[in-house]
Amino acid sequence: MSEHSTYTPGTGIEKWLDERLPIIRFSKEHLMDFPTPKNLNYWWTFGAILVMCLVVQIVTGVILAMHYTPNVAMAFDSVEHIRRDVNGGRIIQATHAVGASMFFAAVYIHIFRGMYFGSYKAPREILWILGVLIFVLMMATAFMGYVLPWGQMSGWAATVITNIFAAIPVIGNPLLELLRGGFSVGNPTLNRFFSLHYLLPFVIAAVIVLHIWALHVPGNNNPTGVDVKSSRDTLPFHPYYTMKDAFGMVLFMIPFAWFIFFAPDILGHPDNYIQFNSQVTPTHIVPEWYFLPFYAILRAIDFNILFIDSKLGGVIFFGGSIVILFFLPWLDRSKVRSGNFRPMFKWFYWLFVINFVALTYLGAAPAEGIYVILAKICTAYYFIHFLVILPVLGRIEKPRPLPTSISESVLGKSHA
Amino acid sequence: MFNTKTILAAIALVAGFASVSAAQAAEGGAPIEKQNWSFAGIFGTYDTNQLQRGFQVFREVCSSCHGARLISFRNLSEKGGPNFSEAQVKALAAEYDIADPTADGGTRKGVAADRWPSPFATEQDARDANGGAMPPDFSVLAKARGVKEEGLWWIANYFTGYSEGGPDYIHALLNGYHDEVPESAPHNSDGTPFELAEGKHYNDYFPGHAIGMGPPLSDELVAYEPGENGEEVPLTVEQYSHDVSAFMMWMAEPGLVARKETGFKVLLFLFVFAGLMYATKRKIWRGIEH
Repeated sequence: MSEHSTYTPGTGIEKWLDERLPIIRFSKEHLMDFPTPKNLNYWWTFGAILVMCLVVQIVTGVILAMHYTPNVAMAFDSVEHIRRDVNGGRIIQATHAVGASMFFAAVYIHIFRGMYFGSYKAPREILWILGVLIFVLMMATAFMGYVLPWGQMSGWAATVITNIFAAIPVIGNPLLELLRGGFSVGNPTLNRFFSLHYLLPFVIAAVIVLHIWALHVPGNNNPTGVDVKSSRDTLPFHPYYTMKDAFGMVLFMIPFAWFIFFAPDILGHPDNYIQFNSQVTPTHIVPEWYFLPFYAILRAIDFNILFIDSKLGGVIFFGGSIVILFFLPWLDRSKVRSGNFRPMFKWFYWLFVINFVALTYLGAAPAEGIYVILAKICTAYYFIHFLVILPVLGRIEKPRPLPTSISESVLGKSHA
Repeated sequence: MFNTKTILAAIALVAGFASVSAAQAAEGGAPIEKQNWSFAGIFGTYDTNQLQRGFQVFREVCSSCHGARLISFRNLSEKGGPNFSEAQVKALAAEYDIADPTADGGTRKGVAADRWPSPFATEQDARDANGGAMPPDFSVLAKARGVKEEGLWWIANYFTGYSEGGPDYIHALLNGYHDEVPESAPHNSDGTPFELAEGKHYNDYFPGHAIGMGPPLSDELVAYEPGENGEEVPLTVEQYSHDVSAFMMWMAEPGLVARKETGFKVLLFLFVFAGLMYATKRKIWRGIEH
């Protein structure tokens, strides 16, 4: 996007550098001058907040890895050693553990913002797909990280989740053994999870670079969903959005700090303070809250579908609930991006949000009585939203008139 | 800045966040009465005298069966804890024989850096001495237990920072014994009355109600020293169970006081900083229609 470049090397050294590696020019174009729609609301600050979350996780994680021992006999005690004897260890460990939850809270907001304002629609399909890929990588990373403290929930989550793969026909069992490094969850499992847990964040960082690249080609979507028409519609990223994002980050740190300092364990499960024992099964095996909607979908399929048994069926729906997100840009047929101008979509969007929260609740509820039926209804609705409602809405819905430009919509708002 | 949608989304987020406790809410047992703990809340801090009394109960009663393998003697003199003097801790450690293969005869006198010695050499020894049941280690036990919340009250915990479920449970457990199986005992699934297995004891709060440990505390079991101003602490199960629960919380979370003190400063800073950031943001955006 060199057409935005206003960079002229000031000194001889800058000129020399610019001819060889134009990194200053690149930074100025993409971090400072980048034209950004002037009407972005605070939901758009979550991109920057997520970058902050990743940095926090990597910095605290690298320090934790200096003191952690990935061995089934020592892992549990080594985490306690970090909490008790490492300088600042309790805060670093709590930041990392709470940070995982905050990261997911932010990513869910970011995803649902994209869904409401149609940020996945042309020409941002690749941007969206990369985002879903980051989400999948985050889930893998978080899951493996949760296993490392080697508590009861860690070990049993590893057992239950790796077991899912055994349901896949033909390759299921070899795959299960590959994941576990043996026939059951043990030391090899812990070691490979630790290795991958250290690797994946850097893969995430790389995909984030692609995600931002894909963002900087078409530029940001905005709350009206109308394309940028002229420079009157935009502001340079710096200082306007650097400032707004920085403010958003500081606000986000308030609940983050609240959990770290005043309730560091409230987002976890007490059973994870008991060392893993493969002979003792906890009464309820519950994943972390951010996996609950998908866990509810996995458990909801407790019946055979034709020749597919319930276990494989659960895995298909569980995988499908994430894979379907990749196809969202083509399932939503409406040409209008922003939910603000789609009177019917708006209602179905909020119904989808409520349904998703309900799935979260049901993922933690015991699999009995009314919860089983509700989980089935909510699972069905999750898929109906993508496969039926969105395609049909695109045909039958009559969108409200769109503003001709961002500037017009902004002026209309301030004069109203 | 905050319209209806924002609020709706915030509610959705909080509900999502909080639903993890729904599973905890499904676990059985009688409702547990929450206690007042000095270490609860933003300004929570341990009561040194209570921790010292709790340590006395732990040492004289609990530690004959329960270990605390992550606790070192030196922890007892560290800031924010029971606050024993270094000399006291040194003298205390020297009362214990520590197994050490490098020492003459295989044991030596303890020093402040030693871990709290386990009452049994192996898990099998512990089980053999306790009718097959394994007395759990106390190091992090106060965080490995929780309480069940009625209805949707668990949502409130995220705003109050309630983290005292462990001590509440332990206190309830220590006061929940019955000599005989009470009327309130649940019936078996086939309708027959509750029957206690040989060597088990009935407890209102233990999952399944049949606990291997007999009632460990009784009135006047531990002789507390009167306070400096001569005030007497009641020698009751209620008092002992409070004190030992607080001590167990300290063992599980020895840095709690420092953590909360730092947290208060961090939050105060963040609120002020957020205010300044907002003012700066407003100034930069002044005159821009957006």
